[in-house]
Amino acid sequence: MTKAMLIDVSKCIACRACQVACKAWNDLPAEITVCAGCYDNPTDLSPDTWNRIAFWELERQGGGVDWVFRPVRCMHCTDAPCVRVCPTGALFKDSLGFTAYDESKCNGCGYCVEFCPFDIPRLKEANLWGKGTTTKCTFCQTRVRDGLIPACAKACPTGAITFGDRKDLIAEGTARAEKLKGDGFVDAALYGHDLLGGLGMMYVLTDKPSVFELPEHPTGGLAEVWQPWIQGLGSFAVGATALGLLINWLVARQNIKVEEE
Amino acid sequence: MTNHWADIQNSDCIIIVGSNAAENHPVSFKWVTKAIEDNGATLISIDPRFTRSSAKAHIYAKLRSGTDIAFFGGMIRWVIKDIESHPEKYNMTYLTEYTNAAFLIDPEFKTAAELDGKFSGFVDEDGDGFGSYDKSTWKWQTDEDGVPLKDKSLQDPNCVFQLLKKQFERYDPDSVCGVTGTDRETFLRICETYAGLSGPAGNSGTIMYAMGTTQHTHGTQNIRSYAILQLLLGNIGVAGGGINALRGESNVQGSTDHCLLFHILPGYLNPPIATDTALQDHLDRVTAGFATSDPKSASWWLNYPKYYVSLLKSWYGNNATAENDFGYGWLPKLNPGQNYSHIALFEAMAEGTVKGLFCWGQNPAVGGPNAFAEREALQNLEWLVSVDLWETETCAFWQEPGVDPATIDTEVFVLPAACSYEKEGSIVNSGRWSQWRWKALDPPGEAMADLEIIKELMLQVIELYETEGGPGADAITKLRWKNWYDNPQRHYGAEDLVDLVSREINGFAETDLLNEDGSVWYREGELLESFGHLKADGTTSSSNWLYTQSYNRKDGNRQKWRDNTDYHPAGIGLYSKWAWCWPVNRRIIYNRASVDLDGKPWDEQDFVIRWTGDSWEGDVPDGGWPPMNVEGTRYPFIMKSEGFAHVFGPGRVDGPFPEHYEPLESPIINPLSGTQHNPTIVVWRPDEIADPRDYPIVCTTYRVTEHWQAGQMTRNLPWLVELMPQMFVEISEELAGELGIKNAELVTVESVRGKIQGVAIVTKRFKPFQLNGKIVHQIGVPWHWGFQGLCVGDSANKLSPYVGDANTMIPEFKAFLVRVKKGGS
Repeated sequence: MTKAMLIDVSKCIACRACQVACKAWNDLPAEITVCAGCYDNPTDLSPDTWNRIAFWELERQGGGVDWVFRPVRCMHCTDAPCVRVCPTGALFKDSLGFTAYDESKCNGCGYCVEFCPFDIPRLKEANLWGKGTTTKCTFCQTRVRDGLIPACAKACPTGAITFGDRKDLIAEGTARAEKLKGDGFVDAALYGHDLLGGLGMMYVLTDKPSVFELPEHPTGGLAEVWQPWIQGLGSFAVGATALGLLINWLVARQNIKVEEE
Repeated sequence: MTNHWADIQNSDCIIIVGSNAAENHPVSFKWVTKAIEDNGATLISIDPRFTRSSAKAHIYAKLRSGTDIAFFGGMIRWVIKDIESHPEKYNMTYLTEYTNAAFLIDPEFKTAAELDGKFSGFVDEDGDGFGSYDKSTWKWQTDEDGVPLKDKSLQDPNCVFQLLKKQFERYDPDSVCGVTGTDRETFLRICETYAGLSGPAGNSGTIMYAMGTTQHTHGTQNIRSYAILQLLLGNIGVAGGGINALRGESNVQGSTDHCLLFHILPGYLNPPIATDTALQDHLDRVTAGFATSDPKSASWWLNYPKYYVSLLKSWYGNNATAENDFGYGWLPKLNPGQNYSHIALFEAMAEGTVKGLFCWGQNPAVGGPNAFAEREALQNLEWLVSVDLWETETCAFWQEPGVDPATIDTEVFVLPAACSYEKEGSIVNSGRWSQWRWKALDPPGEAMADLEIIKELMLQVIELYETEGGPGADAITKLRWKNWYDNPQRHYGAEDLVDLVSREINGFAETDLLNEDGSVWYREGELLESFGHLKADGTTSSSNWLYTQSYNRKDGNRQKWRDNTDYHPAGIGLYSKWAWCWPVNRRIIYNRASVDLDGKPWDEQDFVIRWTGDSWEGDVPDGGWPPMNVEGTRYPFIMKSEGFAHVFGPGRVDGPFPEHYEPLESPIINPLSGTQHNPTIVVWRPDEIADPRDYPIVCTTYRVTEHWQAGQMTRNLPWLVELMPQMFVEISEELAGELGIKNAELVTVESVRGKIQGVAIVTKRFKPFQLNGKIVHQIGVPWHWGFQGLCVGDSANKLSPYVGDANTMIPEFKAFLVRVKKGGS
C-alpha cells in the first residue's frame, strides 16, 4: 500500500514543532543562525535541516494582510527525477512509495540536487571529487517500518500534517479543498496528487501554488532523457569520464555559489 | 478558564484577544481548528499585530495596545442596542434570571459617563489625580428582607441594564475606532458576527485571553468588559462558551490555586490581616461579605470557616486546637492596605528593607518590569537564593557585562532544581485539570525536586528556630513538618513525600468521624471524598479545599486517571475520567446557567447538564439543587452572595463597570473622558513617565512559540536557538520607511527607563493606527532575551514601566512609549 502525507496549510500555525521533531528524530544538529528579518530560520534546507517552515507575508486585495506558511521538505514523487538520475542506485523508490536512499551507495555526484524540481536535496560537504553524500527527508522510514507515524506528523498539534494511505489522503484532501473553496478560499486546491506520477507529500493549499513557491507543472526536465544512459554508465564510470568530470564541475560550482551566499 | 481546552471545539464563534494562542498555546489550536472544521465556527482575532493566530482567523481587527475596554465597551453598546430592538435574537431569560442586569442600584450611584470618567465616591486626598473609591453607592437596593430589588423589564432607569447603557453610550463606533485605531467597518462586522453567532439561546461564543489582556493598569477591567459581553450574550456556563484565561505556564493555574500570590491563601482564602486579631474576627469579617437573606441563594463562601480551619489543621496538625484558634495567632499578618506585590517587593529591596530573596523558578532580571531597576535592587540584598535549572540572569546579576562585582556584597546561592521530567507530581492546566506526571529520569548532579528542596530547607529552619528562638518562632516550630515529612514511615499509608502532600491537599479526617448512629463515617487519616465533608471544628484537614476529592478513599489519586473516553451523554468532550478537575470534577463551571428555568438545556444537542425530572445528567452540576422552577432550588451563580452573575460588579477597586483609560504612558489624550489614567493605580516612579513628544511610539512585549518566558530553558536549547536566534524588533513598513530602517539591520529602542537593541523585522503585520486623524505607530518586542545562556540579547523589560493594575498589581508590560532609531546602541 502506497503511503503518503497530506499537509493542510489552512491548519498550519507555523509553530515549527515539525521542524524540531524532524531534527530530534533524525539526530540533526542545530545550525548557527541569525535573524534574517523574518521568522524563517534556518532560511534554507541544508544537510542538517530536512524540513523547515517557510513564511510569506502577503497583501490581500482590499488592503488586508495575510501570513501563510508551508512546511518545505522532500515531495517523495512517484516518478522521482532524483531516482532517475542517480547513477549508483543510492536513491530508489521503496515499496511504500517513499523516495528512499542508501547513503552507503551515494557517491556525492549531486545529480539529484540538480534535477529536483522542488530544490530539495542538499549535499554534505561536497567537493570536486564528489565525496559528500546527499541528504533529505526520509519520510521517517525508521519509524514507519516500526508502525509509527513520521515524527513531523506526530508532533503537529493541529492535525495539519496527516499520514496514511495515499488514496485515502487524496480523497480527504480533495474534500478539504472543496470545503475551503466554500469558505471563501476560491483558489483552494489539492496539490501534488497528479504531479510526477503523484507526490507522496501532498498539500491542501488555500491559494495558488505560486503563493507557496510551488511549481504549477513540475517536471523531471532532462532527467527523463538522460536517465537511460546515465544509469547505463553505472557507478564506476562516474568521476572517471569526461562527462562525469564536467557534471561534477557544474555541481561544485553550484555549491561554491551556495557558500558564497 | 470557566470551561476547558477541549471545550473550545463546541464554540460557534471564538474571539482571541489579548492572547496569541497559535504562538503561545499552540496545542489549543487543535481545538480551535476542530471548532472551525467540524463546527463551522468563526474565528476572530483582535490584536495590535497580525500574528500567527490572526493568520488563521476569518476576521482580524487591529487595535492599539491598551484599548480593549474601548473596543469591548463599543461591542457592549452595540449589543445593548440590538437587544432593545431585537430581544427575540437574545437569551433574555438568561439575562434577567441569571445575571444582575435587572437589579436596581442605589439612585445615588453615578456612572463614569456622568462624572467625566470616574464613578461616584472617588476620593483624591492629596489632589494628585490618583486616589480610591468610597464604594457606599455601589450597591443594589433591597427589600425589607434584604433581597435585591429587580425590574425584569429592564426599563427602570436605576436598573443595571440601563446604567450599563448609560455608561457605554459614549462608546459609539466612531469614538471607539478613534481610540483603538480599528477600521470602523471591521469593528462593526465583529459586533454583528459575534452577537449574531453567539447571542441566540442555544449558541455559544468563547473569549480566549491571556497576558495581553491582564498586563495593563486596567487589566482586571479589560476582563470585566469581556465578562459583561459574555453575560449579555448568555455565554457563561454553556458548552463552547466562557471566559477563558490561557495560562502562560503549564502550572500557573495550580500555583495560583495553591497561593503563589500575596493576597491569597490556598483555595483563594484570604490571608489574615493585622486587624483580625482572633480567628473569629477574620472569619466574621470575610463571611459578612457573603451574608444573604435570600433563601434561594447558596452563597457558597459561607462555608469559608470550614475551609479555613481545615487549612490551619493541615499546617499545624495536633498543635492546632480550638483553644488556640487552631494556630491562627501564629500566622504572620498583612498590614491592611499595604502592597506586597512584585513591584512593591523590589522597591523594598531597592530601599534596603527587604534583605534576602528566594527566587524560585523565576528570573525577574529578565521577566520583571523595568528590569534594569530590578537588577539594581538585587545589588542591595544581603543574600539571594536562586532555585532553578540554569544559572539565570537573576542568579548572575553581579556578573552582567558592565557591572563591577567588586561593588556588590550580595551572597548568592544556587540550588539546582529538577525539571518537570525529573520529578513526580501534579500540574494543573488552564482548564483546572489536575494531571499527575511521573518521573522519566533522575535529575543530574545535585539537582533535587522542589518539594525535596523545600522539605530539607524547612527542616533546618525549624531546627534553627528551635535552638535559637526569635520573633514568630511558633509559626515555624509548631508546624506539622518535623517527624512528618522526614519520617520514613509515611503517614496513613502514603508512599512517599509527593504522595503524602497530595493526600494532605485533598484532606483527611484528623480523628475518627462518626455518623449520627455512632458508626464510623471516616477513620482517622482516611481521605475525604468532598469538600462538603470539611469541618470548622478541627476534626478535618485539607490544605486546599478546592482539591478535596482529587485523592479520595474511594477512587485513590484521581489526578492519575487516564481514561480518554468521553462519558458525557451529549459527547461534548468533557473527558471526565481523564485526570481530575476542581471543583469536584466539574468541567464547566456555572453550568446551571446552561439550562432554562425548568432544567431544559438552551442547547439540547450540545448540552452540559439537563434535568431528568429527579436528577441532573451530564457534567457535575453547580450544586445538586433542582431547576429554578422546582421547590428547593438555588440560583446558578453560587459563588456570589446573592446568586447572580455580576454585570454590575462592585467588588473591584476601580469601578463596578469598566471604563476606558489610557495606559500610564500614552500617545494621546483620552478622548472618552477627562480622566486620562485609571485613577486608582499606584504610580511607583512618577518621574519615570514618558512625554509622548519625546517618546511617540507605542511599544508592546510578547512571547514567541520558540522561546519560553525569560528564556533560561529555551535559550539553552540549540534546536530552539536555531529557530529564533536573536532579539528582534517588529516594525511596520511605514515606520521603517520614516526612520530609514532596512529589514534585518540593528535598531535601538529607547524608553524613559532604558534602551535596548535588536534586529529589525520590517513587516506588513504592523500597521500605523489612525486615531482621529493622528497617525500613531506601534512596535513590538519579545521579552525572552538576557545576558546568560547559549543565545544572548537585550532584555525588552529594560523598557517596561513600574506600574501595575489597580486590582491585581500585575505590571503594565503591554503598553508603554518608546522612540526608535536606526543602528545599534
